Amino acid sequence: MFSNRTFNIVVPIVSVLLGLLAGAVIMVSFGYNPVAGYAAMWNGAFGDAYFLGETVRQVTPYILSGLAVAFAMRAGLLNIGVEGQVIVGWLAAVWIGSSFGMPPVVHVLVALLAAAVAGGIWGFVPGLLKAKLGVHEVIVTIMMNYIALYLSNSVIRGVLTDGEDRTGNVAETASLAAPWLRELTFYSRIHYGFIVALVMAFTMWFLLNKTTRGFELRAVGSNPFASEYAGMKVGRNIIIAMVISGGFAGLAGAMEGLGTFQYASVSSGFTNIGFDGIAVALLGANTAIGVILAAILFGTLKIGALNMPTEAGVPTELVDIVIALIILFVASGYIIRWVFLKFSKEGK
Amino acid sequence: MDFLDALAIMVSSALVFAAPLIFTAIGGVFSERSGIINIGLEGLMVMGAFVGIVFNLTFSDMFGSMTPWISMLAAMVLSAIFALVHAVASITFRADQVVSGVAINFLALGVGLFLTREFYDRGQTDIISNPFYTWDVPFLSDIPVLGRMFFENYPSTYLAIAVALLGWFVLFKTSFGLRLRAVGEHPMAADTNGIKVYRMRYIAVMISGAMGGLGGAAYALTVAQAFSQATIVGQGFMSLAAVIFGKWHPLGALGAAIFFGFAQAISINGASWPLFANIPQVFLLILPYALTILALAGFIGRAEAPKSLGTPYIKGSR
Repeated sequence: MFSNRTFNIVVPIVSVLLGLLAGAVIMVSFGYNPVAGYAAMWNGAFGDAYFLGETVRQVTPYILSGLAVAFAMRAGLLNIGVEGQVIVGWLAAVWIGSSFGMPPVVHVLVALLAAAVAGGIWGFVPGLLKAKLGVHEVIVTIMMNYIALYLSNSVIRGVLTDGEDRTGNVAETASLAAPWLRELTFYSRIHYGFIVALVMAFTMWFLLNKTTRGFELRAVGSNPFASEYAGMKVGRNIIIAMVISGGFAGLAGAMEGLGTFQYASVSSGFTNIGFDGIAVALLGANTAIGVILAAILFGTLKIGALNMPTEAGVPTELVDIVIALIILFVASGYIIRWVFLKFSKEGK
Repeated sequence: MDFLDALAIMVSSALVFAAPLIFTAIGGVFSERSGIINIGLEGLMVMGAFVGIVFNLTFSDMFGSMTPWISMLAAMVLSAIFALVHAVASITFRADQVVSGVAINFLALGVGLFLTREFYDRGQTDIISNPFYTWDVPFLSDIPVLGRMFFENYPSTYLAIAVALLGWFVLFKTSFGLRLRAVGEHPMAADTNGIKVYRMRYIAVMISGAMGGLGGAAYALTVAQAFSQATIVGQGFMSLAAVIFGKWHPLGALGAAIFFGFAQAISINGASWPLFANIPQVFLLILPYALTILALAGFIGRAEAPKSLGTPYIKGSR
């Protein structure tokens, strides 16, 4: 009665509702008014043009990091290394953007390309190790995250600056800033990056569904042995999947480097864009359109949450709990499926 | 500073940084040996650090100098219960174990910081007044040089090493350990022999929760002495690296954790030590992670994971 396709839509929706419900229960049990809490979140995300601009700004890298995770997942790979690939992409974009002089448009494109290449290289290493030596990509990508973080800090301190904690701003020719959009949204940090994100979502859909390469990648993802038997080169497809995935992640970093912040800075911890990308891809069922919708949801939650302490007294961190629970529920889709099937049987 | 002084300080601070990693890595070994990947070690440490600090702040008047010990116990129990979330999701609900682990990490940080704001009205707790103090082992600490290296450390450090040895004994010298490993290698065969696969895996994941809790609390009660977003940043993942670098063996994990502790101690204090002043800090920071990748790639002896690691066991399926 329920097809797999239906469940791909039902499970995420049920999970989101359960997650929000759990958030409401937590608010009630700590003496907050959940209606006021979620109203504050709504206002904080869409209340006026400024908040709307900030929400779009947050959604932009989420789309790209979600695409990165989703793309690898379609080829049967779990890329936890998106976080590290975001960091190196950010660094590469800012390096090109701040250290070179180029004509407008060209400069931005070169900087974006550099970010994608840097992320791609960071994805290449685990891809190669998986393809040639069968090393599990999860552990390698986790380790690559830390290497990216510390290496990037050291490059910012030692190469891009003279011991400073942040680089100079990127040149105007390399910036994604959209002054008229900023003015329109009361000087939020919105930038042209959302166009890049949407184009990339289309690219992923096209690549996976309309090209031979995409067919091979999906085949390898669903059954590597059958693909091998059918004459596909599994190893090569794994490497390609990781490189493209890393490229998306690198672009997510470029959104921050060329758009939101316009610089790169030394950081003691992760950006979390990559880790949140796992949640986005999971909720979006690893499809391009799903990723866009999930990114909008999580971007809204994150930005809306910033308004919750002032308007409803609820700590921002509530949203992190809600997001974690949504991931858990989606991952436990088996049980949601089971409950649905049971009820539909009993209904007969 | 003469060489022996420097060496003694270096070894003893390496052990301080290693202790939390040892606890957590031993927990990781148990979980992974039973077939459950535990990326959530980081979150379990966060939970342990949070509980340890909150408990210490709340009950320090009541328990006096025993407070840190009782805080450790509380962290151990609550983190074990928290690990049940991972167990239920990944064993009973057959969730992807890696994804569930990622969710555990988010959840622990979310819960910890949410409650910190609830309890203390800001993003971090006060500094505890009853941390662990270093304790000189009688007689042994009087040995020249060696005494200062190994026997003037925090009690939690000695406990960590004892736990690692105990972990080895349980896993390799008891029938419980044999069953646990059987479940991780070939759950169907184990099931056929009457071993309760789900129960063993639940126990293993809860052990990893308890150990992760001890690890987080050990770090919080010795080094950090407060809880905030920046208390546990990567120690859990480093412990996971120690599990793999130690080839899923408790003693291997112990060695790897001590080695990583060294790298951490050097990266933090190295600039003031004559031997390491000239090595760029970034190499020392990256070292544990690079070595883990090399170990996995087989350049430093092949690391073989338990056979059924990561696959949910579905009773009755072939």
